[in-house]
Amino acid sequence: MSAIDTESRGRGNAKVMNRFDITKRLVAKLKREEAVVGGIGNTNFDLWAAERRPQNFYMLGSMGLAAPIALGVALAQPQRRVIALEGDGSIMMQLGCLATIAHLKPRNLAIVIMDNAAYQITGSQPTATAHGADIVAIARGSGLDKSLWADDEAHFERLVDRCLAEDGPWLIATRIDAQPAVAQTERDPAKIRDRFMRGLGTRE
Amino acid sequence: MTGSAAPTVAGATRPWHEIMRDVLKQNQVRLATYVPDNVLRPLLDVLHADRDFTTFATTREEEAVGIVAGAWMGGMRGCVLMQTSGFATLANAIASLAVPFQIPVVMIVSERGTLGEFNWGQALTCRTMRPVLDSLAIEHHTISRLDEVEFITDRTIKQAVMTQAPAALILSPLLTGGKVLKK
Repeated sequence: MSAIDTESRGRGNAKVMNRFDITKRLVAKLKREEAVVGGIGNTNFDLWAAERRPQNFYMLGSMGLAAPIALGVALAQPQRRVIALEGDGSIMMQLGCLATIAHLKPRNLAIVIMDNAAYQITGSQPTATAHGADIVAIARGSGLDKSLWADDEAHFERLVDRCLAEDGPWLIATRIDAQPAVAQTERDPAKIRDRFMRGLGTRE
Repeated sequence: MTGSAAPTVAGATRPWHEIMRDVLKQNQVRLATYVPDNVLRPLLDVLHADRDFTTFATTREEEAVGIVAGAWMGGMRGCVLMQTSGFATLANAIASLAVPFQIPVVMIVSERGTLGEFNWGQALTCRTMRPVLDSLAIEHHTISRLDEVEFITDRTIKQAVMTQAPAALILSPLLTGGKVLKK
């Protein structure tokens, strides 16, 4: 058993946290213009609410593509840390991307999963994780060895520190409560894309 | 032969896949993502063999669209290679990511489903491709002859980049030979 297997108590013992709170904790640690790709729905709404950083990208559709988009950014800019924020329903829609990321092994990529076991934005219908699917187990089975559940807020912060300092790819899964997002992202895709590119230094 | 205004990178005797690789390279395309196809195999082989390209398979075509979209925003040009049936899975990713966010995802589609198709499912899928592209007003061109490869590929990539719009290159069986049933 590797060290990383002993570092987490697993999904069943993970504290149910709050998405906006842990998003703020994550964003507060970003000091080097790290890129963040926010998945569709409440995930990117709370990212928008946490801080409107130029290095944030907010999806307005294409459910499931937060990690692939983040992978693309990570390949294009290997010196920059890139973080995908994704919901449990969204990642379940695009599980193959975990195997692709495991194959390519981008050292600068981390995926943070917000698991509330529900399709919250459409009326909180249960997702597969409500019936036993464990995203960390799936990620490890896909070849992402550095995948683990955050036990609580303090553990989450320690894992984020490691993602920002040590080679990835990483996957941190969090259990979150049923609170809705605290704001809604401005739905202007051209503006979002342009601002993100300026934040990444690919537009002047 | 190509018109006199066309840039020249290769003699007419070179195969389509080598010309296409060179035109991609001249246009600074460095990322080649794909879900494989038998007809595309020679192009995939030369892309894999060329260290100027980062070439890999994805598990789904929409995953590849996401990767190429992210890479573009990060400053790296990419393309997505697929067959007709793969394109049929893409309407959502194109309509909710590439088009509204104005991202020049270049799609290279080997055309199955016509000119001797043996699989009815492929034939039906093929009929959805151009209507989907047209409904989203996506620039697309079908390459049928060897002497068109350089000009159409080069100009399509340049227009996609300059107008910040996705585009599709459809490789006709007239160019590639297509896939035929071996008995």
